[in-house]
Amino acid sequence: MTTWIAGIIVLMIKLVVVLGVLLLLAAYLVWVERKFLARLQIRYGPNRAGKFGLLQPIADAVKLIAKEDTVPAGADRVIFLLAPAVVAGTALLMFGVVPFGGDLTLWGRKIPLVISDLNVGLLFVFALSSLGVYGVALGGWASNSKFSLLGGIRGAAQMISYELALGLSLVPVVMHARSLSLVDIVNAQAGYPFILLQPFSFAIFFIAAMAESKRIPFDLPEAENELGAGYHMEYSGMRFGLFFLGEYVHMQVLGALVAVFFLGGWRGPLLPPWIWLLVKIIIVSLIMIWIRGTLPRLRYDQLMTIGWKILIPAALLNIMITGALILM
Amino acid sequence: MASVWQATAALAAGFATTFKHLFRKPITESYPEFKRPLPARSRARIVLTRDPDGAERCVACYLCSAVCPVSCISMQSAEKDDGRRYATWFRINFARCIYCGLCEEACPTSAIQLTPDFENCRRDILTLVYEKEDLLVDSCGKDTEYNFYKYAGITTPLGGKGAHEKEAPPVDVKTNMP
Repeated sequence: MTTWIAGIIVLMIKLVVVLGVLLLLAAYLVWVERKFLARLQIRYGPNRAGKFGLLQPIADAVKLIAKEDTVPAGADRVIFLLAPAVVAGTALLMFGVVPFGGDLTLWGRKIPLVISDLNVGLLFVFALSSLGVYGVALGGWASNSKFSLLGGIRGAAQMISYELALGLSLVPVVMHARSLSLVDIVNAQAGYPFILLQPFSFAIFFIAAMAESKRIPFDLPEAENELGAGYHMEYSGMRFGLFFLGEYVHMQVLGALVAVFFLGGWRGPLLPPWIWLLVKIIIVSLIMIWIRGTLPRLRYDQLMTIGWKILIPAALLNIMITGALILM
Repeated sequence: MASVWQATAALAAGFATTFKHLFRKPITESYPEFKRPLPARSRARIVLTRDPDGAERCVACYLCSAVCPVSCISMQSAEKDDGRRYATWFRINFARCIYCGLCEEACPTSAIQLTPDFENCRRDILTLVYEKEDLLVDSCGKDTEYNFYKYAGITTPLGGKGAHEKEAPPVDVKTNMP
């Protein structure tokens, strides 16, 4: 009984810490994105709220919470109100299987530094990533607005297309690690990170992950100049904030997943493990912002061509070659 | 294959360009700290100017009020004993004004002029209604020479019939009789 209670307490502490860090990081990732993107475009970015605009995320949060929460006439009320939670929730849940350190020993008890070491962690990540599509598609549909609907449909089509490439690109990683558990995958990279073994896999995963997170070269679901704001056009206040939060948590999760699958997760010399994971997440995020600052949005047919005609065949070929090399 | 190489090179060039921009000084002018000197003819707060002799230029002809697309100018005309027309009151509602400058174009006496002073925000919207004493300035504005009554064929202390500039003396029509 005491072990059970202790286990619950430890789990709760881990949840609070991870959730807190995730949300705080999401808020400041917005700041980093605005600042870094501004410098790429030779602007200053936010610099009024606090030193270097550091209080900007707090000001934004206060503004979003204080804004009126409108539901458009004719909207499907229940679905409309739930959709943002789906997007934010799935993004947050994905972090549940990401290890942020090795085992910690406290008072003779071994505490794994991961919220849940699922033996099918990778499938869990994919399942949640697929569920995230529902938030986008239903949010777009329930708004009862043509722009939202178009954004939702585009979002669903895009995310389903890229899910295949995303899944296939990780099969070689699983073949190397011989496990679907994210903890085991990180442990398998004790010697060297998988990016050295699987550069193509990394490239495919990264591109597919960018498409999954609907970031700029792939931001057709929210293409501002065509659809206003796409699937979250009718949302206001904190419900819009949840979509926004989900997007940035998703960015962090992708950073974490890239780190776990290809960059050795929390492994690294000198610094403590969680700092290494954080550094890797931030580096991946910065690269994603750099890509946003450089590339224009893809056309819809180009998006589908890249997904179905390039990434999926390339991923399949990669699996075959990896399999052949492992057999040899 | 060549196209793949071309595409990769193009992508690399793009990323290099943005990366180089990362180290350039931002071109932003931080507004309240740095105020860019505006061109003299930029259009903002409206003033009523005076002629070089220091008298009011406005003759209350209502042309600015008529041309104003948002009808933000209103006035009441009157005539002084010496023959000069003036506005007993003159009001511009800056809460409505769109700073189009049509009033300045319409003005026959160069009285109404737009200035580059654009910092004109108020908490209370009624303080944006400017009366004649708020609008009148003690200068000629952009037109430093023009004095309407020196040219107009109206008898005022500045000139009687035929005494204005570029005006011929009045013709005695009876001398034309056969």
